[in-house]
Amino acid sequence: MNIRVKVNGRLYEADVEPRTLLAYFLREQLNLTGTHIGCDTTTCGACTVLFDGKPIKSCTVLAVQADGHEVMTVEGLESNGQLHPLQSAFWEDHALQCGYCTPGMLMAAYGLLQTNPAPTDVEIREALSGNICRCTGYMNIVKAVQNAARKMAGENQEAIEEAAASGTSTD
Amino acid sequence: MALPQTELRPMGKPIGRKEDPRLIRGKGHYVDDVMLPNMLYLCIVRSPYAHARIRRIDTSAALAAPGVKLVLTGEDLAEMNLAWMPTLAGDQQMVMATGKVLFQYQEVAAVVAETRAQAEDAAQLIEVDYEPLPVVADPFQALEPDAPILREDKEKKSNHIFHWEAGDREETEALFRDAPVVVKQNVRFPRVHPAPLEPCGCVSDWDAARNKLTLYVTSQAPHVHRTVLAMVSGLPEHQIHVISPDVGGGFGNKVPVYPGYVIATVASLKLGVPVKWIETRTENIASTHFARDYHMTAEIAAREDGKVLALRVKTIADHGAFDAAADPSKFPAGLFSIVTGSYDFKAAFVEVDGVYTNKAPGGVAYRCSFRVTEASYLIERVMNILAQRLKMDPAELRLKNFIRKEQFPYHSPTGWVYDSGDYEKTLKLALERIGYEELRKEQAEKRARGELMGIGISTFTEVVGAGPAHQFDIVGIKMFDSAQIRFHPTGKVIARLGVRHQGQGHETTFAQIIAEELGLSADDVLIEEGDTDTAPYGLGTYASRSTPTAGGAAALCARRIREKARKIAAHLLEVGEDDVVWDGVAFSAKGLPGRAVSMKDVAFAAYTNVPEGMEPGLEATYYYNPPNLTFPNGAYIAVVDIDKGTGAVKVRRFLAVDDCGNVINPMVVEGQVHGGVTEGFAIAFMQDIPYDADGNCLAPNLMDYLVPTSADTPHWETDRTVTPSPHHPIGAKGVGESPNVGSPAAFVNAVVDALSPLGVEHIDMPIFPWKVWNILREHGITE
Repeated sequence: MNIRVKVNGRLYEADVEPRTLLAYFLREQLNLTGTHIGCDTTTCGACTVLFDGKPIKSCTVLAVQADGHEVMTVEGLESNGQLHPLQSAFWEDHALQCGYCTPGMLMAAYGLLQTNPAPTDVEIREALSGNICRCTGYMNIVKAVQNAARKMAGENQEAIEEAAASGTSTD
Repeated sequence: MALPQTELRPMGKPIGRKEDPRLIRGKGHYVDDVMLPNMLYLCIVRSPYAHARIRRIDTSAALAAPGVKLVLTGEDLAEMNLAWMPTLAGDQQMVMATGKVLFQYQEVAAVVAETRAQAEDAAQLIEVDYEPLPVVADPFQALEPDAPILREDKEKKSNHIFHWEAGDREETEALFRDAPVVVKQNVRFPRVHPAPLEPCGCVSDWDAARNKLTLYVTSQAPHVHRTVLAMVSGLPEHQIHVISPDVGGGFGNKVPVYPGYVIATVASLKLGVPVKWIETRTENIASTHFARDYHMTAEIAAREDGKVLALRVKTIADHGAFDAAADPSKFPAGLFSIVTGSYDFKAAFVEVDGVYTNKAPGGVAYRCSFRVTEASYLIERVMNILAQRLKMDPAELRLKNFIRKEQFPYHSPTGWVYDSGDYEKTLKLALERIGYEELRKEQAEKRARGELMGIGISTFTEVVGAGPAHQFDIVGIKMFDSAQIRFHPTGKVIARLGVRHQGQGHETTFAQIIAEELGLSADDVLIEEGDTDTAPYGLGTYASRSTPTAGGAAALCARRIREKARKIAAHLLEVGEDDVVWDGVAFSAKGLPGRAVSMKDVAFAAYTNVPEGMEPGLEATYYYNPPNLTFPNGAYIAVVDIDKGTGAVKVRRFLAVDDCGNVINPMVVEGQVHGGVTEGFAIAFMQDIPYDADGNCLAPNLMDYLVPTSADTPHWETDRTVTPSPHHPIGAKGVGESPNVGSPAAFVNAVVDALSPLGVEHIDMPIFPWKVWNILREHGITE
């Protein structure tokens, strides 16, 4: 079957078997291997990507279901060579070790911060409870998401101030 | 911001990890990311029976299926003399079943096809005719005289694998005869699984034109894998190139050579193209190395004032169908004889009997440090029971019996020489930080109100860094480890080690060690591991041995370079070698601190201006045979509240105070502790892999085998004391496994403490809510 999917802002047209899982389509046909497979029961969340802006487990969606939709993977987080605040926060706060859960964890956290820009620790833990990590014990992941939320709020604030400053410019 | 820094003297600093930039971008390179031209996919057909004779395998439909290139069975491998392979424990294990199967999910046949889906489809078409045989799932039943013999291939017609003992039986029994107090307890450490998030897999690539096999594999010990593969396949070792790329967690699961690696290699040899095998989660849990499964009985002899005298331990170890436990060859029960723990016993006697059952092989995995998890859990559990019997505070009992700091190096009654420790200091820091006295007061008030609150202590001693050549080897290879450091002309360094990290941060921490020794910043040092063509031979990363062994090798290798650098510096400074002073960052002429040359200057001179007669270049290799293991310790305290209605245990606080000697990177150590304590929490409260009487594995996936999520996992507190290892080049001890070794006992001790007013002395793990609820119901506390 032919599908048209926008992945990280770029439109792909591809021929896929109807049974091909989205995770394998991303990994094996588009070579976006940041998305990982950690289980066979939709438990671990290592395959989490954004589907029309919402986090989903791509091992439990068929590639054909993505026809006409937008997908964002970990490879789409960085823009213009700049790490996303979530990525730099994970680095600063040692929120990863082996790195295998990290892409899915980043995407789930990204989804959370889109809808809840200032979550509590409990809200973060709830929102990430579909994502298993074997290395970190989650403490530093929660810390990093808080750190990223502050960075993103700061960036928004800067953007607002910049807009305000340019608006009142007398030049 | 804890990002890689360019400062000098990086030792002990929480610098950001060099691994992270690729991993946070999705640019790690794990085995399943490897894509090679013409690569085929392998799918394994597994046994639905735990014990059955194979009457016939019909592969015709699979062979005719679309995309299929090869079908293999045990008989095909037998023709190549590859149906069985040696294990690290000196036993043999089947690669693919011939004659019969011995555990559910065992490898029976394999299909190679053009796509993953085609291989899976064709695997479904293989028909196997089984004749079920009586199953032995219980290790005690396995030793009954009328038990079915599982291993017909063995000369010894028995399910008994080995008997192993340590300590002095007679002295121990004499102490027990006269002891005023004896405490005895049966303790089971359940079968669990390390379940790294990335399952096991490989890409095997035989290149006939170059006469070379390249194996990308999830490996914690790539050099050992290469040697074993050479022994199994008959290929010369220099024509086998093992690459362990980024590994998505190992936790001991990725030490052994698995049948899948051998089958993929046979397939690639037969077909001449690369063959990828990636197991599913279910295959990982049901067929790769499990952990624990020790049925232990411990007895402590003590005086009425609580002073311990002797320890006696008997254990039945369930090893599954093949003894493949990844132990040093002289240690079939690992380092279990560390079971006297942090206490000064006069004598001890420890016995372990290994038993075959119809289950998957394994035993040594999941941060166990070669069975230290079992040992620490047992002693910390029975010390608590002794305190309970004597109505002593468990902290007081421990303080009374600790090996005192002036007793180190301490010769234990089972033969260990503990390097260093200040157990009293470590426990006292933990007691103070958690507010122990206040907590006991609060507990007394709550008990008066009928509430169930518990405090659990675990003061463990680890033994890590295997190990000295006279005692430790894996398949005969002594358990040294190695480092190779090479300066480039511009003063930048590439260093390679014989270990292989799986997330523990070696690319950062080994750079810190080497940079510290050579006066560089960690950013100047590139660390590589896992490629057997380029890295020096080492025994790999497991049992928290990287810092004790390769960490020692890295420091001594850097010092070897510094010896040559000093000669070059003397030449550049135009002074005698004895007049050169190294201040940690640069060489200077004695008495003339203004005249200095940095290591960067020396490295450049090594390629451009060496003294006459000196070999150009600046590099060294060091194979380090450690004189002893390292013995980190810790004091862990858990505080729990129990819901009387449901039996649910809530971990209110958990403090881990670790002492691993000198710390290389405190941020990385803390991350190791968080991860390990989360595993200990899972083991204490959630994890078990039961088998029914027919040998069905009842928890072969993440629906039934529970792994804690962020919502389940408590908040962890950490602290540390520093008691360096006197024999280690930088005074550092291993630490990665301490949190798993130490924490289960703290959790269980806390739950038992909460229930102790009811007379409860022990509950076997995992402490599911229903177990507590049953106890509460028996006592009429809940309905």
